[in-house]
Amino acid sequence: MKSLGSIRREFAPWNDPSATPYIVFENVTKRFGDFTAVNNLSLSIYEKEFFALLGASGCGKSTLLRMLAGFDEPTSGRILLDGQDMRGIPPYRRPVNMMFQSYALFPHMTVEANIGFGLKQEGMPRAQIEQRVAEMLKLVKLEQFSKRKPHQLSGGQRQRVALARSVAKRPKVLLLDEPLGALDKKLREETQFELMDLQQSLGLTFVVVTHDQEEAMTMADRIAILDKGEVMQVATPAEVYEAPISRFVAGFVGNVNMFEGTVAARDDDSVRITGASGAEIVVGNAGEAAAGNAVAFAIRPEKIRVSSRRPEGAANAMEGEVYDLAYLGDMTIYHVRLDDGQVVKASALNSSRAVEEALSWNDRAWISFPPDAGVVLTR
Amino acid sequence: MSNLAASADTMNIDAAAARPLASRFLSGLVSRLVIIVPYLWLLVFFLVPFIIVFKISLSQTAIAMPPYVPAFSLEDGISGFFSQLGQMSIDNYLWLTEDALYFNAYVSSIVIAGISTLLTLLVGYPIAYGMARAPANLRPTLLMLVILPFWTSFLIRVYAWIGILKPEGLLNQFLQAIGIIDDPLLIMNTNTAIYIGIVYSYLPFMILPLYAALEKMDYSLIEAAQDLGCPPISAFWKITFPLSLPGVIAGCMLVFIPAVGEFVIPDLLGGSQTLMIGKTLWNEFFNNRDWPVSSAVAVILLLLLIVPIMIFQAAQARAQEQSR
Ligand SMILES: Nc1ncnc2c1ncn2[C@@H]1O[C@H](COP(=O)(O)OP(=O)(O)O)[C@@H](O)[C@H]1O
Ligand SMILES: [Mg+2]
Repeated sequence: MKSLGSIRREFAPWNDPSATPYIVFENVTKRFGDFTAVNNLSLSIYEKEFFALLGASGCGKSTLLRMLAGFDEPTSGRILLDGQDMRGIPPYRRPVNMMFQSYALFPHMTVEANIGFGLKQEGMPRAQIEQRVAEMLKLVKLEQFSKRKPHQLSGGQRQRVALARSVAKRPKVLLLDEPLGALDKKLREETQFELMDLQQSLGLTFVVVTHDQEEAMTMADRIAILDKGEVMQVATPAEVYEAPISRFVAGFVGNVNMFEGTVAARDDDSVRITGASGAEIVVGNAGEAAAGNAVAFAIRPEKIRVSSRRPEGAANAMEGEVYDLAYLGDMTIYHVRLDDGQVVKASALNSSRAVEEALSWNDRAWISFPPDAGVVLTR
Repeated sequence: MSNLAASADTMNIDAAAARPLASRFLSGLVSRLVIIVPYLWLLVFFLVPFIIVFKISLSQTAIAMPPYVPAFSLEDGISGFFSQLGQMSIDNYLWLTEDALYFNAYVSSIVIAGISTLLTLLVGYPIAYGMARAPANLRPTLLMLVILPFWTSFLIRVYAWIGILKPEGLLNQFLQAIGIIDDPLLIMNTNTAIYIGIVYSYLPFMILPLYAALEKMDYSLIEAAQDLGCPPISAFWKITFPLSLPGVIAGCMLVFIPAVGEFVIPDLLGGSQTLMIGKTLWNEFFNNRDWPVSSAVAVILLLLLIVPIMIFQAAQARAQEQSR
């Protein structure tokens, strides 16, 4: 974990045009009856990547994994793994392993037998199986539980057995369906880092499904944000947070303030956006927005400054009153109701103990932000 | 802490002592009665009849009413009771060992019941499996179909098989009509007819526990096995079958135990040369009017069946522990 940062910074095969993706979803559609669970979806995942599929419940994440594992076939489109079309290849012949949302541990087998099951199928010699199982037990710190049955374990221990079982065969790709979903918050946070360590030390490709955005942000190299069976954006956690490409993504990940308006004028990269109430916002990095476009300006709460007087030289400043405020110790969250009625969320880090300009409920207040603090969304 | 607990205890005792003695006695009786009811049931409807049968099995036949001695009566007083007790003997049990007929009947019953149970399992498992994997909205209907035969009298259904199996019966007519056979198959009055009868009659008892075991099984276990490189058939033997074992054992016991003592099916379908303990018992009782020997036959049968029942209970206990 400590050395992880430096390795990770250099790992970005998706930016390398010569790199070939390891897993490719090509216009994949999956229908159940007349319900479309996955809709014309294309996606590339690279070798050794920690890839997260993030989306609300029911958006088709598990269906995607199940198609990759071979339990469901796409209605149309192709799935390539290492360049090979996977259509018609049964699950027991695919070089991927899956950790099930329900863990699916075999209740009649001991922890040891569960972990060794896949190796035995492979026909690995017994001595080697024993060695590998011992290795796996050590990896997930369950050495003294090897002879237990799954029903004699706690939820967290079961989760680790499921994990050990799915990596025991050293699959090229490990699919994890909500691997931490059944754990409590503290255990979940610890396990996130364990998963990252594991992925690094074994050098595997991980595709993990989650509906928890923090989990995806913490663990993944890249995140695909899904909605109703379609990909909304695929990007690194930082890009998803700082440069969402649509209102949906901006709203889905983290807190955000949206200012709806029309582009009044465009000048090089910078635009002026006029809101319905006539307020103007100047934005430096306008992307593709052209004059006359209806757009949204999205800005995160921590990028907005709140002050009692109009700050000097601020590119954007709006007046309102403090409508609600929450002091959290490390930071304070303000809800400021602007004079046009919109409520803006702002958070301020309490980096000094001195409370120089204490704002309180119903005080007049100014919010301000520089031109490049948010993004202009056309979609 | 311990002081607190101790004082709480004394308080309880004081409170209890303060209540009227009669009411305490009554409430204790009620709570005990609840536990006693099932035991009382077993006592009255199982243990007492068993003791009577056991007592008769130790008596001697006599041309009297009832047809055995001693027939304990209270008129003779305590001394009479003891003198009659002296007349009891295990002669009937010894007699069972002397005549090979009984031994053969026991063995043959167990063999026939065993083969029938195996056949019922072979027929019942695929049916139960198919039902458990059927769409959820179809399952109640399928269950109904399995139970449906119970709505007709068992005796009538066994008679119906005579109509099907006899030389000029439906089966032979059909096979001859489509030209598979020229001469009728002689199935009636053979063990084959008994197997058919038992498999048919007891199939629901096999299917229901199998279905219960298979239906509650999580299908993702099979997917997990396949994911780990296990082809479907091998996944069946490694996952599905072991997990359905409690159902297999329950089903087999539910078929095997009554099949060993079965009388109607061997009598109607099996013909005169069939040797089964149920028929032997019937003959001793009704034809020979030898109540003591037939009682001894019944007692031995019961002891023989207690072994599989105990296996059954051990399996149930294990299944319960596993499903926790
Ligand atoms: N076998 C199936 N038959 C019918 N509908 C299904 C089936 N599997 C999934 N679905 C539907 O497809 C949608 C996506 O499911 P899933 O991929 O499990 O979502 P999630 O993103 O929560 O994992 C859901 O609305 C679900 O009801
Ligand atoms: Mg899911």
